[in-house]
Amino acid sequence: MSKTINIDGKDIPFTEGQTIIEAATDAGVYVPHLCHNPDYTPHGSCKLCTVKVNGRNCSACTFPAMEGQEIMNNTQELNNDRQKITQMLFVEGNHFCPSCEKTGNCELQAVAYSLNMLDNHFPHFFSNRELDASHPDILIDHNRCIFCNLCVRASQETDGKNVFALSGRGINKKLIINSASGQLKDSNISVQDKAAHICPTGAILIKRTGYFVPIGERIYDKQRIDQVSLNKEKKQLGK
Amino acid sequence: MANKIRIATTSLGGCFGCHMSFLDIDEHILELAEVVEFDRSPFTDIEHCSNSDIGLIEGGVCNSENVHVLREFRKNCKILVAVGACAINGGLPAMRNHIPLEECLNESYRDGIGVENAQIPNDPELPLLLDKVYPIHELVKVDYYLPGCPPSADVFWKFLTDLIAGQEPSLPYDLVHYD
Ligand code: SF4
Ligand code: SF4
Ligand code: FES
Repeated sequence: MSKTINIDGKDIPFTEGQTIIEAATDAGVYVPHLCHNPDYTPHGSCKLCTVKVNGRNCSACTFPAMEGQEIMNNTQELNNDRQKITQMLFVEGNHFCPSCEKTGNCELQAVAYSLNMLDNHFPHFFSNRELDASHPDILIDHNRCIFCNLCVRASQETDGKNVFALSGRGINKKLIINSASGQLKDSNISVQDKAAHICPTGAILIKRTGYFVPIGERIYDKQRIDQVSLNKEKKQLGK
Repeated sequence: MANKIRIATTSLGGCFGCHMSFLDIDEHILELAEVVEFDRSPFTDIEHCSNSDIGLIEGGVCNSENVHVLREFRKNCKILVAVGACAINGGLPAMRNHIPLEECLNESYRDGIGVENAQIPNDPELPLLLDKVYPIHELVKVDYYLPGCPPSADVFWKFLTDLIAGQEPSLPYDLVHYD
């Protein structure tokens, strides 16, 4: 008999070694997330995937599935917490969606939409973050970086390079670029690299492609992120 | 109808795009006119707010006059609504927020390309600029938020018809956009 965990009252089978989010995705249960991508080592930093496991908060993307876990996921309380986390991400950076090329295709925005987030609640930091437009094909807008670490992982794990890293702590945290000048143009990134395409937000953009698809016709203008994410990630998990 | 619902509207640091979008409710405006009347608003030219049921605020808070107007609305409106991206997070005007005010003024009026008669405007009639552009919830309590740049006419219609029907307003997924 296969082992099961229970999410929101539903029994879900899992295989040894799976995380909670992997078992959930396999079974078609969406757990909100931003820094998790099934192709990469879990990072566990955004905390959006927080679920209650036997009464305690855990990150579903890092916590192993174990026989007999009673898990709460899609509850009002957890979704309220997730909304607050998302609002903090918005006020920490500078997210002016109307002037962002990623709008409509942005996972941060899509998570906010799906949580019915109508305002940012907190005072805005309006922090002074930079733009790196040095590279001929790739633009970095640090204003929109949520430090999910996906570009770091993609560069190392897929591209076999080491273009990005996160440096510093708290308010001083920053995405840094591995080149003598610190500029992207002097790194060994290329526009074909996975790292150039994996950013869930508008922090890493491919130049001259931003408006191929008009605003209003984009992924999350039409569909909720729960469906989009499940469809995509089930394929990634080979289902 | 004897007691019409009174709505006041204003644009602070906004572009009037939200007001234009509101007018995009088209012929619904006739239905609306049956049950509401407008207080202070660009639609009426009334200069000061009197007791109103709903205050719709477009735009963020950029200067001293915006602060006064916002406080006047909060004092006089039972329900205050942040309408559009700029009221909610400062929007496009807030993109100056990480540049010191002096640098902004110098660039616009003194050192910028093509500036003639360079001088920083200082007529006492002009409201003073604030150090930053502030979202309205950072100055007053806000009761509801209508995101969008601008919020679509359907957003205005859904929100107002909910309120008029006496029910808690809510926006379904397809009406929530930040762009
Ligand atoms: S990265 Fe996403 S949330 Fe941030 S401004 Fe762009 S579209 Fe909006
Ligand atoms: S640039 Fe994008 S992918 Fe990289 S850490 Fe920031 S948000 Fe994540
Ligand atoms: S998705 Fe689990 S912490 Fe980010």
